[in-house]
Amino acid sequence: MSLFWLRIAVGLYGLSMLYALVALLRRREILSRATLPIAGVAVTMHFVALVEAFVSGGMAGSPLHQSESLLAFLMMLLFIGVYYLYRTTSPGIVVLPIAFLLSLSAALAQSAPQSISPLLRSGWIYIHIILILIGYSALFFSFIASVLYLLHERSLKRKNLNGIAGKLPALETIDNIGYRLLLVGFPFMTIGLIAGSVIAQIQYGASYFQDPKIILSLLMWGVYTVMLYTRWNSGWRGRRAALLSAFAFAAALSVWAANYFSGVHRFVSP
Amino acid sequence: MKLQLLGVNHKTAPVEVRERLAVPEWRLEEATRKLLEHPGVSECVVFSTCNRVEFAVASEGDADLPGFIRDYLLTDVSDLREHLYEYKGDDVVRHVFRVAASLDSMIVGEPQILGQVKQSYAIGKAVGSVQSNLDALLSRALSVAKRVRTETAIGSSVVSVASVAVELAKKIFGSLQGRSVYVVGAGKMSELAARHLRSHGAGTIFVSNRTHDRALQMADRVGGSAIHFDQLYNTADQADIVITSTGAPHAIFRREHGEMFMHRRKNRPMFFIDIAVPRDVDAQMSHIDGIFVYDIDDLQQVVEANVSDRGREAERAEQLIEEEVVRFQRRVQSLDAVPTIVALQKRMEQIRQSELDRLRGRLGKLSPEQESAVENLTRSIVNKILHTPISTLKSFSGSDQLAPTAELLRGLFGVESEDARRNGASATLTEPASTKAHDSDEEPLSIDDETEVAEQKPGTRR
Repeated sequence: MSLFWLRIAVGLYGLSMLYALVALLRRREILSRATLPIAGVAVTMHFVALVEAFVSGGMAGSPLHQSESLLAFLMMLLFIGVYYLYRTTSPGIVVLPIAFLLSLSAALAQSAPQSISPLLRSGWIYIHIILILIGYSALFFSFIASVLYLLHERSLKRKNLNGIAGKLPALETIDNIGYRLLLVGFPFMTIGLIAGSVIAQIQYGASYFQDPKIILSLLMWGVYTVMLYTRWNSGWRGRRAALLSAFAFAAALSVWAANYFSGVHRFVSP
Repeated sequence: MKLQLLGVNHKTAPVEVRERLAVPEWRLEEATRKLLEHPGVSECVVFSTCNRVEFAVASEGDADLPGFIRDYLLTDVSDLREHLYEYKGDDVVRHVFRVAASLDSMIVGEPQILGQVKQSYAIGKAVGSVQSNLDALLSRALSVAKRVRTETAIGSSVVSVASVAVELAKKIFGSLQGRSVYVVGAGKMSELAARHLRSHGAGTIFVSNRTHDRALQMADRVGGSAIHFDQLYNTADQADIVITSTGAPHAIFRREHGEMFMHRRKNRPMFFIDIAVPRDVDAQMSHIDGIFVYDIDDLQQVVEANVSDRGREAERAEQLIEEEVVRFQRRVQSLDAVPTIVALQKRMEQIRQSELDRLRGRLGKLSPEQESAVENLTRSIVNKILHTPISTLKSFSGSDQLAPTAELLRGLFGVESEDARRNGASATLTEPASTKAHDSDEEPLSIDDETEVAEQKPGTRR
């Protein structure tokens, strides 16, 4: 049943994404007015799907896909939150397609029963996953913001105001969005990592920390910290901040991908 | 009553010519008075801005407007012929509508012109040179301008260099609330830009000038604080927006300064508006992350981009003006008894002729004497019947009572009212498309003359 709601949500994400892309070709506002209500309905459907999955235990059924779905959901929540704070829908041109693809991948998943890692039977692991995913989405969103910042900066420097710059919010606003999201995401990421380490320590002992995924995670966390520090200390933004967050994002991606290579950290019993 | 207009504008005449004809603000009233005394002129109004000088009159016959220019401005008009344009009738209506709606401006859509038209209108009223005809025209022009402004997006984008600066600052900083502005070089243009920024919410204003006294004066006027010029590099980093307009032969702000500012500001962006020629900000500055430099040409480019953006809106506005011209014409017609009179006479003549034709069939061949007797009899009956209605209409001419009376008479006599209007209109409508030709906004905005641009007045030619 949860898949049903999820698929409706995916359809609506697709629709709002199309609106977003069409609106990109037009003048004025970057997203048409229809985008937001559609996205709102989609997020609600998505929420229903997630709750159902959780209640019915389907979460554990295909954990990778469920975490994709959860990530998409969290990004959409941030998107809507940013809209309410800054009245801008411009991150949507990136967020909507990504939410669409992530949830599509989750919705198309064959929920074939897998032998579930015993880890997933403990409730703590969910807290770890959710915290980490919130951290991910904030980091990713912040990366989107720095890309938009770069685009805007470039068109301002080139004195071309009729391109994308005409549609984006002010440079400082984009900067603010990116920085705040970093600030919001950092504690989640940190606590999530600590929670993960504690669980791992209890379950597997010290050997777990040689796992590539764990090493990458710590690296990503390191970059995250450096980003916050440079920003706080010397106000790095624009190109340098974008490079850093691109790096952190790449690290995050490889952490994600590491699920496929990691010996222990793959949700499924080895 | 005929409408006539003679003038020059930025499209037909270079600034040297416009200067010769310009009527300064303080002489506007006198010029209006003198024009009213000019032979043949019964009503008049004078528009004079940095982009146009125009004399519009309502006259019984033909007023010799070039003659007025010669007599009043004591300037030889023979070599001005090619720059002058003269409109009559509906073309005057169209032109005045377009001017008030800012379609004839150098920067289409700039709002200043409306204020200038209002001023001339007020002077005309005060002097008594604006009466029923021009009053109707000008008050309509003002509402047409308002309609154009509300129904098209023509005035919605940025209109001048100063407002482009504000627009750009908003693109960088979002709200200007609490942003500080540093004015380097106390010129009129920079002062106006600073004022403009302040009116959009900018906070502290610093002023620095080589001659400190001028900085003090300007700081006083704009409500900012003056800073000694030798403190410039120590203090400039406190400003988010820097407006430079010094007469310095070399750049004041160079790359090393920019890097220093960025370091001190922890990389918070900084926006330099350089309206000085030669430039005050080195081109290298814009290679620094977080520093945005717009010199005068860049600002102009943005102005022009905005102007061409407004092409489509301008087209819509032109259509709207055409509608309004026709509407105005109708209104004027409704104050004019002639079309109704003509229609009544025509209608009676038709009746007379058709009755005569019927009679002839029964009477058979008439002798020439009889023929002319019948003719005279019927004609005089018609004239007698029409005498009172026509004289009543004539007496109401130009008053508000005319329209209902004419309507009633047309009803009573079975005259098609649309018909009457169209007949009347076609008699006075003179080839409409002629003014449309010069409606492109190809003129670049010049900053050379500081006073004119920043006030959102259209600038002058370079």
